[in-house]
Amino acid sequence: MSAALKLVDAPRRSVALEVRGVSHAFDLGGKHLPVLDNIDLSVAPGEFVALLGPSGCGKSTLLRLVAGLEQPDVGALLEDGAPITAPDPSRILVFQDPTLFPWRTVWKNVAVGLEARGLLPAHKQRVADALSLVRLEAFAQAYPHQLSGGMAQRAALARALVNDPHLLLLDEPLGKLDSLTRLAMQNELVSLWQKVGFTALLVTHDVEEALLLADRVIVLSDRPARIVTEFLIDKPRPRRRDDADLVHLRQTILATLGPVHD
Amino acid sequence: MSDIAQGGAVRTVASVPIWRDGVAAAAAWFVAAIVTVATPDVVPWGSTPLWAEILTGGAVLLLVLSGTVQWLGRVGRVVVHYGPWLVALGVWFAVWEVVTAKTGWLPKPFFSPPQGLLHVYLVDTTRLGLCVLFSLRLWAYGFGSGVIAGFLVGVALGWSKRFAYWGMPILKLIGPVPATAWIPCTFFILPTTFSASVFLVALASGIPVAILTASGVGSVNRAFYDVARTLGASERFLVWRVAVPASLPHVFVGLFMGLYYSFAVLVVAEMLGAKYGLGWYLQFQTGYSAYANVYATLVIMALLTSGLVKLLFVTRDRVLSWQKGII
Ligand SMILES: Nc1ncnc2c1ncn2[C@@H]1O[C@H](COP(=O)(O)OP(=O)(O)OP(=O)(O)O)[C@@H](O)[C@H]1O
Ligand SMILES: [Mg+2]
Repeated sequence: MSAALKLVDAPRRSVALEVRGVSHAFDLGGKHLPVLDNIDLSVAPGEFVALLGPSGCGKSTLLRLVAGLEQPDVGALLEDGAPITAPDPSRILVFQDPTLFPWRTVWKNVAVGLEARGLLPAHKQRVADALSLVRLEAFAQAYPHQLSGGMAQRAALARALVNDPHLLLLDEPLGKLDSLTRLAMQNELVSLWQKVGFTALLVTHDVEEALLLADRVIVLSDRPARIVTEFLIDKPRPRRRDDADLVHLRQTILATLGPVHD
Repeated sequence: MSDIAQGGAVRTVASVPIWRDGVAAAAAWFVAAIVTVATPDVVPWGSTPLWAEILTGGAVLLLVLSGTVQWLGRVGRVVVHYGPWLVALGVWFAVWEVVTAKTGWLPKPFFSPPQGLLHVYLVDTTRLGLCVLFSLRLWAYGFGSGVIAGFLVGVALGWSKRFAYWGMPILKLIGPVPATAWIPCTFFILPTTFSASVFLVALASGIPVAILTASGVGSVNRAFYDVARTLGASERFLVWRVAVPASLPHVFVGLFMGLYYSFAVLVVAEMLGAKYGLGWYLQFQTGYSAYANVYATLVIMALLTSGLVKLLFVTRDRVLSWQKGII
């Protein structure tokens, strides 16, 4: 049995996400900086969507809006039809930067969501399962400064997964991993997603990763980000990187992203 | 700490089985003992023979250590590290003895030979002991309440905009006033001298803790809050499980400052109104020109205060062990 499957308690509902005409801008030293430009996006319950786009185009900003950490200037974000106004543990964001709490051990970092909601005493086993999912059992008692960059990223992933989210928002969660660990983590993510059925929104720089994991790949333009195009990937999993269709699709997507990206 | 492991041990113990600094120290202590008993005092001081016996005992112990220190492990390495200090101490005892008791260059009553201090400890043990306890009690009440209040105020100031709006200007205004400046009115307003002293010590230690806690809580990386909020943290959790632990390094800086201020204010407060305590004892003995008692008290104070500082260092290293490698 895959380590991922241990984290499954019971099948649960997943949520639909609706992004309607969202535009957002920042104030950068008195300068108006438009970041998102009229984004329209629907994600079906249980769907796995990947977002691709050039650096600095606004992908992390979009995830922060979906998480409820910020409100958009224009437009609305809906979770199962209800407006997203504040963060909620049913939507968990794995940040681009691991941001582990340096004063907590890895175990306590992973446990923090359960602890905050008073669920820890009943669910200690979940912490152990999440740690073994990301292969950090041996580092449960280590402090964040004792981890490598990739290990910290995996700990952050475990900290999210332990909460059993309905909507999982992933901001380049595997960016710092070597290709082997990365592959293993991708497989774990897919099997977890298949078993649990949460809705997933993944930001990545890696076209191949998007093709291996997602049902749908959305390509964003340079800042301010607009949706340029999207690709449906109607292939059964597990997928092979050398699958002829996927290789072909990869070329197409890279061409869409432009020469900057490869 | 690693320098202790190296200092001296390799140089002397490994190559020669005799610890040379130890022999030199034993010689110095022995000379000090001889000077103490074999030459007459210009003015008589009590406890001279006992002091010479203590010095001789120290010399014998050092001589024994010279041959055995390499088998004493960690303790032995610490002793070896302080070898030069032990030599200097012996020389210092001899010189001190000569310039005070033996020649009178530094005259009575303003100066005292080492046996003068020893005599004070032997004769005035009970009163000194009581004074230590009274001072410690005052310090514990004052520092304890000041630190707790300062910490809570600091968290509130750093967290709540409303609280900061009203509290920050007040803290900025009265914070820089030395706590001793409040002495005239506190002794007048508060019902007892003791409560006034506690208040002053609390004020001195609380203000730096409040200021640094507030700045610590205010400068916590926003990303920590974002992470905690997406994971379902309540406001309470954000304060006590994110803001407070993240700002502890700042809080400890405040604690150290508060600790030093608390000593200063404690002694002054005791000098002004108390009936017991080391500050009072200093004042009282100065009035009788009993400077040997004054020096004896200063030694006790040095040991007590440096002990408390050391205790705070140990506590900080424990509490902030997660920081190792970060700073
Ligand atoms: N809090 C902020 N204040 C001002 N500008 C911001 C803020 N957050 C992001 N930005 C700006 O918004 C733009 C988009 O940032 P964002 O982090 O969403 O990019 P991204 O697509 O995630 O990039 P990358 O792939 O490099 O992570 C950037 O130009 C950035 O400077
Ligand atoms: Mg980003």
